[in-house]
Amino acid sequence: MADLETFRAETRAWLEANCPPEMREPVRDEDDIYWGGRRARFKNAAQQAWLEAAIAKGYTVPSWPKEYGGAGLSPAEAKVLREEMARINARPPLSSFGIWMLGPALLHFGTEGQKRRFLNEIARGEIRWCQGYSEPGSGSDLVSLQTFGEDKGDHWVVNGQKIWTSYADQADWIFCLVRTDKTNKYQGITFMLFDMASEGVTTKPIKLISGSSPFCETFFDNVKVPKSYGEDVPAYVGEINRGWDVAKYLLGHEREMISGAGGSERAAAIGAAMKRLAAKNGDEIDPVLRAELAMFDVDALAYAAMGEKFLDEIKVGKAHPAQPNMMKYAGTELNKRRHELMMAVGGSRALEWESEATEGGKPARAWLRTKANSIEGGTSEVMLNVIAKRILDLPGA
Amino acid sequence: MPLYHTEEQAMLAETARGFMAEEGNIAKQLRHWRDRNCKDGFGHALWKQMAEMGFTGILVDEADGGLGMGHVEAGIVLEEIGRNLTPSPFLTSAVLAATALKHASAELKGRYLPGLVAGESVFAVAIDETAKHRPQRITTRAERAGNGFRLTGAKSFVIHGASADMIVVAARTAGADEDRDGITLFAVPKDAAGMSHDPVRLVDSSVATHTRFDGVELDGDAVIGEVDGGRDVLDAMLIAGRVGAAAEGVGVARGAMEMTVGYLKQRKQFGRLIGEFQALQHRASHLYSEVEIARAATIKAQQLLDAGAPSADLMASVAKAKVAKAARLAVQEGVQMHGGIGMTDEYDIGLYMKRDRALAEFLGDAYFHASRVAELSGY
Repeated sequence: MADLETFRAETRAWLEANCPPEMREPVRDEDDIYWGGRRARFKNAAQQAWLEAAIAKGYTVPSWPKEYGGAGLSPAEAKVLREEMARINARPPLSSFGIWMLGPALLHFGTEGQKRRFLNEIARGEIRWCQGYSEPGSGSDLVSLQTFGEDKGDHWVVNGQKIWTSYADQADWIFCLVRTDKTNKYQGITFMLFDMASEGVTTKPIKLISGSSPFCETFFDNVKVPKSYGEDVPAYVGEINRGWDVAKYLLGHEREMISGAGGSERAAAIGAAMKRLAAKNGDEIDPVLRAELAMFDVDALAYAAMGEKFLDEIKVGKAHPAQPNMMKYAGTELNKRRHELMMAVGGSRALEWESEATEGGKPARAWLRTKANSIEGGTSEVMLNVIAKRILDLPGA
Repeated sequence: MPLYHTEEQAMLAETARGFMAEEGNIAKQLRHWRDRNCKDGFGHALWKQMAEMGFTGILVDEADGGLGMGHVEAGIVLEEIGRNLTPSPFLTSAVLAATALKHASAELKGRYLPGLVAGESVFAVAIDETAKHRPQRITTRAERAGNGFRLTGAKSFVIHGASADMIVVAARTAGADEDRDGITLFAVPKDAAGMSHDPVRLVDSSVATHTRFDGVELDGDAVIGEVDGGRDVLDAMLIAGRVGAAAEGVGVARGAMEMTVGYLKQRKQFGRLIGEFQALQHRASHLYSEVEIARAATIKAQQLLDAGAPSADLMASVAKAKVAKAARLAVQEGVQMHGGIGMTDEYDIGLYMKRDRALAEFLGDAYFHASRVAELSGY
């Protein structure tokens, strides 16, 4: 414990010295998030300084081993770092699907060569990755995916279409589920890695009901994917035709992340802030709305305790392996309710779509965005199926 | 502190689970006493056995002969009481009265705690005066008389009032009915002249009393804590009691849920196990999620209370409200998913519905506590 307290003191001092004041402000819009990649531009010098300091210390990916660009922190140390960053509202120096998704997959399934190359690139923010999972005909039933890689000896020729590819139009590389054996549903998928600049790859942003376009359709038209990028650097993770194992692992990880991340925002009570918002608008909160806010706050504060318990249990391997599905279900449903209530308190003001007062319709756009929470990363219905099968052990589930 | 049980607590949970399932189960206790129309509504022999297990002294300091443990441990026992619907004076005696007695004189501790630890005494608490929990309003008055006090007024729905060897009574010694100050707590012995009980059996077969105090003469040493300064002790009792009731409610919810999920795996209709139907699977999964969250909130409240954190008050209300909602869902889904058999007296699931109703009402229902969460949060 004494060591942890020393670590906390050092971390606090390091953050004090290295995290610029501008990086301790809340994220206001998309360019406040640094995603990295070949085309990335810094919004300002502070963002660059913060990233460089974090890279030098291994703090873009603090839990990863040092040889792959991390700081090799233990779970307890990583928690201290998170707490200290939260204490000063430090923004993450680097955000990316490489950190959240591909990195964990490579740490678990990757070859040494893949780890050295790809993890270091991710840790330094050099390559921005996107995830090619869903297809127009394969949403919740992901394993029915049909994008096909034809085996040509030393390479595949990939044809097909992905959908809901986050930021595909800005990504450098893709980790992509591709069918490589049409006769075997589960053991006929390969988890491929390839360059989005390859000939035959095109992307088209999808405009959402919130007005933003974080997702794309991605088309593969005779894309040539080599099987290897050098010695011990295969172009696929795990084994050929066993990509579903990697995908399942990552889906579990994603749910865990969704259920843990944003936890603090999702878990916070809102009643007091809503009272202030109403007062600012010159309104009062209707007693029935107050009652709903109170019931929401009960659920939110209870969920916060659940989040804390879940993380504590994960750390020591006590959590049920399917528990992230429950967290994802409860957390996303709660977040949708939160925004419904915020819209109710905001009244007509919250309906403004482009006004300065709402910073371009933030409340309404955020409200609409939350509707995807219970769809992406596995729908609530799929989460309930998984709980029924794996936790409650119900028949035929 | 991590939000799961330590090894010692996990061992206690295992012991408590085994013991309560064996000795406190529905057939042996709830149905047994109910079907004999027992005037106390619980069995004294089991209370004695719980003492032998060390349960009754969990919250009593070691110096006073107890185990000196905390609300996490008390909650472990309460969860098993809830799971088995065991009628027991544990919550009123070993949690509420025990919390009050922590603030009592050495003389009062010496008079009452040995009996509690030995499972020979049963205690009750008399706070509410109407059909709803409203602890801010205390109209029962205690006036100074000689070296002591004279108690006049009435308390309603005093759980175990008729069987209690001592009742902790919240009375007004100064101020108006809704004043925060001016409350004094008294330890009123069973045989106090002028105290009378009108017992009522409740839906869950427990027995409460409407208790009247007609000029009950009390010695000055019957006072628990400070004269006119009883509100702080009362608040401590209420927080402990709410957290304890939440833990028992978690047990009720889990018991009902386990019974129901078990039923989904054995009942066949349309040639299939009904647990194969997605309509029921999703409801069962949602219920699981709610009960897990309620349990986490309860353990969080227990830990905050044991740590002496001021936020324990808010979290106690969060837990009480959340458990009330989750347990209500558990028993309603329980009866509905059991179908017709769930409506029969012979089958146990209906007993869970009855117990949940009574337990949720005790020390404030979900509406009371959600409203309290709003007040404590400033809206």
